[in-house]
Amino acid sequence: MHSFGYRANALLTFSVTILALMCAMASLSDNLNSPSPTSQIQILNINWFQKQPHGNDEVSLTMNITADLQSLFTWNTKQVFVFVAAEYETPKNSLNQVSLWDAIIPTKEHANFWIQTANKYRFVDQGSNLRGKEFNLTLHWHVMPKTGKMFADKIVMSGYRLPEEYR
Amino acid sequence: MALIRQALSQAVTLGMIVSSALIIWKTLMCITGSESPVVVVLSESMEPGFKRGDILFLHMNKDPIRTGEIVVFNVEGRDIPIVHRVIEVHERQDTRDVDILTKGDNNKQDDRLLYSHGQHWLKPQHILGRAVGFLPYVGWVTIVMTEKPLVKYILISALALLVITSKD
Repeated sequence: MHSFGYRANALLTFSVTILALMCAMASLSDNLNSPSPTSQIQILNINWFQKQPHGNDEVSLTMNITADLQSLFTWNTKQVFVFVAAEYETPKNSLNQVSLWDAIIPTKEHANFWIQTANKYRFVDQGSNLRGKEFNLTLHWHVMPKTGKMFADKIVMSGYRLPEEYR
Repeated sequence: MALIRQALSQAVTLGMIVSSALIIWKTLMCITGSESPVVVVLSESMEPGFKRGDILFLHMNKDPIRTGEIVVFNVEGRDIPIVHRVIEVHERQDTRDVDILTKGDNNKQDDRLLYSHGQHWLKPQHILGRAVGFLPYVGWVTIVMTEKPLVKYILISALALLVITSKD
């Protein structure tokens, strides 16, 4: 009852249980946070807009992205993954979501940012439907904790429109 | 006779331990709706968010797959599941058919090169689950046991020895 083996076993079980409990509590504390992020996206320029040899439309654009995501950070936050996606509908597809840009925000100080950038990933349609297309730009965030449950949400900004003609 | 009874009792104990582990695993599969409710991160393609040795808790339901979700999928013909983020979704008007493209946060390129030859998109049936929670470092035990099988055999033998020689 008092051998080294029994004591080591009891200690190990106890510490693992306490550790698991602390991880659970850390994760639950994230629910107390009520975030209020804001964001604005402006399309500065349509760089080019072509139909590619394989028949799909492709567009390159430069955006001005501002966001304040500081309220998403808690003490249990490891990083926030943020990305901007274009959402639109076509005759063939009820929903198309194409990710245009993403970034990793490591700390709260970096979370209030402004960036001017061309789309990081290619904006290619399945087909040739983009002329004159109205689309939404959504800013998504994915809060990745130090331990526990991950949270994700988005802001939808509508009212964007692609040019009627290729250029 | 007493010896046989003791041996049988120990065999039953061992069997009970193995069965309980199996029951817990299968219950987790039912609750999370996924074939692998827990996966270990094996590569650095999702750093700095997920490092090698972290474990991910998965959940699967009928909700449609949308961009931004971290999904686990198997490429046809390969056993090892890949954990990456969805960056493109194209859902058809009339059917529930969806084309999905994924990419690791830490990779420069999307995953097209990882998919089977000639496959440009993932489909919902390739997705095993969505990552909903995570624990750091806990998966190292699995990695060590997979990459150095000797450790696995030593561990199992030690456990079996412990059960057999325990007084109760």
